[in-house]
Amino acid sequence: MSERQIQLEVLRYNPETDSEPRFQTYSVPCEAEWVVLDALNYVKDHLDTTLSYRWSCHMAVCGSCGMMINGEPTLSCKAFLRDYPDTIRVEPLVHFPIERDLVTVIDDFMEKLNRVKPYLIPKEARTIAEGEYRQSPAELKRFKQYTLCINCMLCYSACPEYGLIPDFIGPAAIALAHRYNSDSRDGGREQRQQVIATKEGVWECSFVGACSEVCPKHVDPAAALQQVKIASTVDWYKEHLMPWGKS
Amino acid sequence: MMEKIQTDVAIVGAGGAGLRAAIALAEADPKLRISLISKVYPMRSHTCAAEGGAAGVIKPDDSMDLHFNDTVGGGDWLCDQDAVEYFIKEAPKELTQLEHWGCPWSREADGSVAVRPFGGMKIKRTWFAADKTGFHLLHTLFQTSLKYPSIQRFDEHYATDLLVDAGRCQGLTAIEMRSGQLRQFQAKAVIITTGGAGRMFPFTTNGAIKTGDGMAMAYRAGVSLKDMEFVQYHPTGLPNTGILLTEGCRGEGGILVNKHNYRYLQDYGMGPETPIGQPVLKTMELGPRDRLSQAFWHEQKKGNTVPTPWGDCVLLDMRHLGEKLIDERLPFVRELATSYLQKDPVHEPIPIRPVVHYMMGGIHTDINAATVLPGLFAAGECACVTINGANRLGSNSLTELLVFGKRAALSAVEYIGSGVTPNDAAITKQAERVQGRIRTLFEKSGGTESISGLRKEMTDSMEEHAGIYRTAEGLQSACAKIGELRLRYADIELHDKTNVYNTDLLQALELGAMLDCAEAVAVGALERKESRGAHQRLDFEARDDQNYLKHTLAHYHPNEPPRIEYLDVVITKSQPSVRDYSGAKK
Repeated sequence: MSERQIQLEVLRYNPETDSEPRFQTYSVPCEAEWVVLDALNYVKDHLDTTLSYRWSCHMAVCGSCGMMINGEPTLSCKAFLRDYPDTIRVEPLVHFPIERDLVTVIDDFMEKLNRVKPYLIPKEARTIAEGEYRQSPAELKRFKQYTLCINCMLCYSACPEYGLIPDFIGPAAIALAHRYNSDSRDGGREQRQQVIATKEGVWECSFVGACSEVCPKHVDPAAALQQVKIASTVDWYKEHLMPWGKS
Repeated sequence: MMEKIQTDVAIVGAGGAGLRAAIALAEADPKLRISLISKVYPMRSHTCAAEGGAAGVIKPDDSMDLHFNDTVGGGDWLCDQDAVEYFIKEAPKELTQLEHWGCPWSREADGSVAVRPFGGMKIKRTWFAADKTGFHLLHTLFQTSLKYPSIQRFDEHYATDLLVDAGRCQGLTAIEMRSGQLRQFQAKAVIITTGGAGRMFPFTTNGAIKTGDGMAMAYRAGVSLKDMEFVQYHPTGLPNTGILLTEGCRGEGGILVNKHNYRYLQDYGMGPETPIGQPVLKTMELGPRDRLSQAFWHEQKKGNTVPTPWGDCVLLDMRHLGEKLIDERLPFVRELATSYLQKDPVHEPIPIRPVVHYMMGGIHTDINAATVLPGLFAAGECACVTINGANRLGSNSLTELLVFGKRAALSAVEYIGSGVTPNDAAITKQAERVQGRIRTLFEKSGGTESISGLRKEMTDSMEEHAGIYRTAEGLQSACAKIGELRLRYADIELHDKTNVYNTDLLQALELGAMLDCAEAVAVGALERKESRGAHQRLDFEARDDQNYLKHTLAHYHPNEPPRIEYLDVVITKSQPSVRDYSGAKK
């Protein structure tokens, strides 16, 4: 199999020994069909065991290995070397504190995810003996796309608003709130609106759409945010201009 | 001073089984203090990679007996039948529970949950969420778990040792990866839900985190590992990466052909050939995983496989399914094959080969998910109840982690109701010994062995000698090699001597766990002188119910091979018989 020599410029930062981040370059012999993650694993196994990064599934579903690759938020397990020049720069996802090397601190997202109540708040209670809720394929289709988020954080790195205003709840968490709001079995929209139809919620979004461009699962969080904006505008009109219209 | 965390139940592993257990505990008693400990964030757990579906009897034409027979026959009669009966009875309730928590199951036109056919099943029984069932199941459980404030998560904590005093498990130690500090969890009960150990093989569908940590932790604490020699090869992996293409591909009608474009499965007791696009249950491509993987091996020996840059393959042809069905039911398969192999299943056959997928064996547990060590429970792939026997039926594992995750939680609640409390002085002393051992590994200099070097020798040996077909000679060589590697492990030197997110240290600990598990596989396989399910011996080709209708129990020894014992299989209503996958003949 053909081998190609890649220069991997990797951001290194160890809070115990480094006062600030630095770049370290590794020369890596690569197979044609490798992804950037394979090159990092080569470094870890053969060149430098001190390099730290997260990864697991190597099939773009666990969401661990998001990184900046040549400046773009990307899953390193899906960044095929065939699409890159011979020098590749790898950095931790931006807008997150660096814990170590390519490992970021994602506490902020975990807290925000919790805040949007991303679980079914049933419209009608149902016992197990009564069987499943009925949901037509069309009803499923209404929210299915928003269930596909793997929490990889690429959208938070791509989002200019999140970079400027860290309080912004952000694309993935709002898309998940919208996923449950749009589920025919759910009755918790009002509870979630209190969190997402707010200044730190959807109204912080300036609809740049970068989140949807980098999403490896085509969740299209930008569309979710716009749908929430429209729905909450309708809510506002119903409440303030047509009080009789409130259901 | 080492930080101590007081808790009622500590769960190690936050994948499907661990999350299900945590939720069951929180629902059983909101006052319980629950610690959910995982070396990764819950949504990174390998449950997310499961694709095809979860089995549970729900449709009127199906029955508990049919699911029982498929499971027990599929497992080549090594399943404990009382456990299978319990599992099958609970399965539909658990899958319905997941539906009530919001899992986006695929639907029939009338709004009921849809089912698809899977290998080794007499009837369609697999609930599915397109071809990302494990992913949806994991995220549904994780998101649901956020409702319960009593579930306290310890993400990115690597559990190292169980703390055992007076014959009871009373907690564990874990390294907080962010600080590198060892923490002591003092618990009334511990549940292990850490999944499998597929990374002991070089070519596997398993993610990097599947290193058998929990199995090894229980094993070293004196709980035996059961039936470890039964390692399932999934017949359809992408040849370059080992990425799984779900059994759903064949369930929906995909066919397997050799280089002569011939559906070779008909030559291995799974024929006669069925019409293309009209799959027949329990026949041809819908045979069980062990038989399909073994058929590949024979085709390769006969020279009927297709050579590729990544080794010999056969072809999975799905073109006749059409783009619409593939996009609706197998979208992930299309995405994976197209990006990782640059072959689109809509337009061309996909080269595939068998790949290590699942451990039927694991921590020896009983029908209540309890181990022989009071206070210790286990569920999911890391455990061996066993409902899977010698070969797991596809789509039973997702259901298993729900049923037995919940079972482990209820058993733990019952156990702590008896008023057990951890003995602080005794287990703190143990935790300090653990700290000393890790510090020695950490600070040691002058070591001559590398982690990646030893790992490669281990995986090469396992692939060569403990794969689809095995011999005494090969297994002896694997046992010798693993034994040697366990000794050489003492000569590892870490190059990273810092604390924060030290993956050098973590990989060293993971390698130690894999070596212990690998030895149990190799020794168990050498001692089992018969062929059954996923364990095939070229020197003992027949199943031997006289001597081996028994579970293997491997008992740990720190510097010698495990001691092997056997335990009778529980048989309630199905006597061992012939496995028949030629349904079309009847």
